[in-house]
Amino acid sequence: MRRTRTARLALLGLTTALALSACGSDDEGGSAAPAPEQTTFEAGTTMAAIQERGTIRIGVKYDQPLFGERQLSGDVEGLDVEMGKIIAAKLGLAEDDIEFVEAVSRNREPFLQQGQVDLVIATYTINDTRKEVVDFAGPYYITGQSLLVAADDDSIGGKEDLAGKTVCSVTGSTPLERIKTEAPQATVIEFDTYGRCAQAVLNDQADAVTTDEAILLGLLLGAEEDFKVVGEQFSEEPYGIGLKKGDQAFRDFLNDTIEASYEDGSYQEALEATVGQVQDELPEGPPVDRY
Amino acid sequence: MPFQYLDELAEGFLTTLSLTLLSAVGALVIGTVLAAMRVSPVPVLRAVGTTYVQLVRNTPLPVLAVLFALGLPVLGPSFGFFTWAVLALAVYTGAFVCEALRSGINAVGVGQGEAARAIGLGFGQTMRLVVLPQAFRTVVPPLGNVLIALTKNTAVAATISVADITLRSNALITSSADPLGVIGASALAYLVITLPLGLAVDRLEGRVAVVR
Amino acid sequence: MSAAVNAFGDPLGPRGRRRALVASVVSGLVVLVLLYLAYRRLSDRGQLDARRWEELLSGEGLEFLATGLVNTVRVAAVAIVTSLAVGTVVALGRLSRLAPVRWVATTYVQLFRALPSLLLIIFSFYGLNQLFIDQGSATRVSAEVAIVLGLTLYNSAVIAEVVRAGVRSLPRGQSEAASALGLRRGQAQRFVLLPQAFLRMLPALVSQAVTTLKDTAYGTVIGFDDLLRRGQLAGETTRSPLQGLVLAAVGYIVLCFVVSQVAAYLERRVTRRFGGRTQVTGVEDVTT
Repeated sequence: MRRTRTARLALLGLTTALALSACGSDDEGGSAAPAPEQTTFEAGTTMAAIQERGTIRIGVKYDQPLFGERQLSGDVEGLDVEMGKIIAAKLGLAEDDIEFVEAVSRNREPFLQQGQVDLVIATYTINDTRKEVVDFAGPYYITGQSLLVAADDDSIGGKEDLAGKTVCSVTGSTPLERIKTEAPQATVIEFDTYGRCAQAVLNDQADAVTTDEAILLGLLLGAEEDFKVVGEQFSEEPYGIGLKKGDQAFRDFLNDTIEASYEDGSYQEALEATVGQVQDELPEGPPVDRY
Repeated sequence: MPFQYLDELAEGFLTTLSLTLLSAVGALVIGTVLAAMRVSPVPVLRAVGTTYVQLVRNTPLPVLAVLFALGLPVLGPSFGFFTWAVLALAVYTGAFVCEALRSGINAVGVGQGEAARAIGLGFGQTMRLVVLPQAFRTVVPPLGNVLIALTKNTAVAATISVADITLRSNALITSSADPLGVIGASALAYLVITLPLGLAVDRLEGRVAVVR
Repeated sequence: MSAAVNAFGDPLGPRGRRRALVASVVSGLVVLVLLYLAYRRLSDRGQLDARRWEELLSGEGLEFLATGLVNTVRVAAVAIVTSLAVGTVVALGRLSRLAPVRWVATTYVQLFRALPSLLLIIFSFYGLNQLFIDQGSATRVSAEVAIVLGLTLYNSAVIAEVVRAGVRSLPRGQSEAASALGLRRGQAQRFVLLPQAFLRMLPALVSQAVTTLKDTAYGTVIGFDDLLRRGQLAGETTRSPLQGLVLAAVGYIVLCFVVSQVAAYLERRVTRRFGGRTQVTGVEDVTT
């Protein structure tokens, strides 16, 4: 156990060194990322530590179109990634100084607890169970469970039309459990990814996919002719930014940064570039919850 | 409720059992046909049989299952996921049944075939009356092991939404707050099928073994 | 294709040859028709359109898949090595003179050989992590470690049986000669019996390696970034799911085919070396 931990630390040091050496050499710029600001932070704060280190590690999803999706080129794109860039810029870091690592749903808390990442921005719903082990800034986006159906299917207008239909979600997920109580007469099938569920709808093997609308919108991307999202949302999922529990100064900084991004329009820009690809009417930034 | 999950696992057990039985029948049929093709004197059939075995044997079962369940419907055919699971398992295991049978056929001495021919039996008759009955006995152990492997392989159905033991225990491990109990119970459920099969194979092996 | 022979290696007679020819032509036509129908279906449904393949087969696409392939190979290689190590230890346990050691080893083999690798992988990941969480520990089992652990539990049980059968198959003279030379039991096992057993069981061990390699694909279920997952992801990113999966399948087939060929080559070498006489029976092809 001890040896693996030291090995991991050594590896961490190595990647940091690499990231440091990389930031000096290539400077592409190009993208519309916010320019780094030169602010100084009180010594001893996490912000100062990150600035000192010159690099920030952020856990994002790799398979969530519009929020965090790795492209074939290796770049990660999405709203979560853009939020990460906004925060990094406030810390005085350039885009190249951000190290995005994959955070799968079940890894998010341990990543933060063990300090493998500074932040988790990964379609991370704020709830009380999670608040016991990690802290949240935000929310920066609010979504809720909804339904995705075939574009030419007019028989489903919401969860009340699901009796006798087949609904698909991901094994072990909250939406899967919730749909069983919300639509008890529906047949529920499960796969390990939402992509497989969407394929099942295309194949007529399922009538609907259910999960957070944010994720459904991602499935819609590039497949607007095949699918549509229908009905009212039947849960509320505020997406927050996860950080290590008890770091009040860092949390305040993050909340301030989110609010500032609403003010200066960088949030709207990020939203436009990501969720805006499939949705015309974009929501306002939700008020942050300084619990 | 400490053992609430046992009901769910019991349902999963029945699913695993029927998956095993149905795909075993399918695999035996496919495997026998393939073996016949591979030992037939018809070059095209041999080539088809060989290609099938090489392709299928080198494809991971989870890849095959997903290709079947979500890939093939793109081309038209539509079955339930249970059926796709049975088909994928039968197609996969068929290749191994074929190889077990073929090794059995090859193990039947050349003299047997020559003798059959000498008394005027044709190819079909030689196969049916002389070679296959002997081959089947030599293949009991390998065939039995293929069936045991098949039982374990049915777990692949969990990846395509068939609620077998594995899928149920996957969901229960996190929801039941008794991961160790779930692990133990589902391991037991598989052992209930595989251990007797193993013993039966050992028994049969002793009884039908051909002494040469 | 060589001259037509029947199952017993005899050349066919004139009537047999005629029949084989007719059957070849008929079955060849059937195969061609089936292939054509499959092709028509695929192209009718637009599955062969260039746009569905271009992005996947571009440099970026292939590089993306190749990284998955590398991950698959790495995790398979580690799992094969650990399975060999653990399997050898368990085999020695089964051959031990101490009854309790034998019991433990036997239970290990019987238990883990009888469970699906997928289940063992799921246990290693969700089960262990759940236990750690329950105990308030911050330690977590990563997907990669869980795959190696799950595959090792299963494959080491199989390998233990292979190695044990290999040791058992050696003539008694080997261990007698070793003790005549003054080697202790452990030394005899280490320097005389095991090396020969491994050599003899090499083909079985290599085909077990193929099984391990294929079973790594179950790692996708716990989110490991392997070839299958990358094929799936690439398919989703480029909106060509079928094509992504097919490319992943091709990758696995090529990989396994290469290892299988090594197995076949080794089998020929070993058979030649032992003159075919001492072929080990009793360890059937468990590689399913």
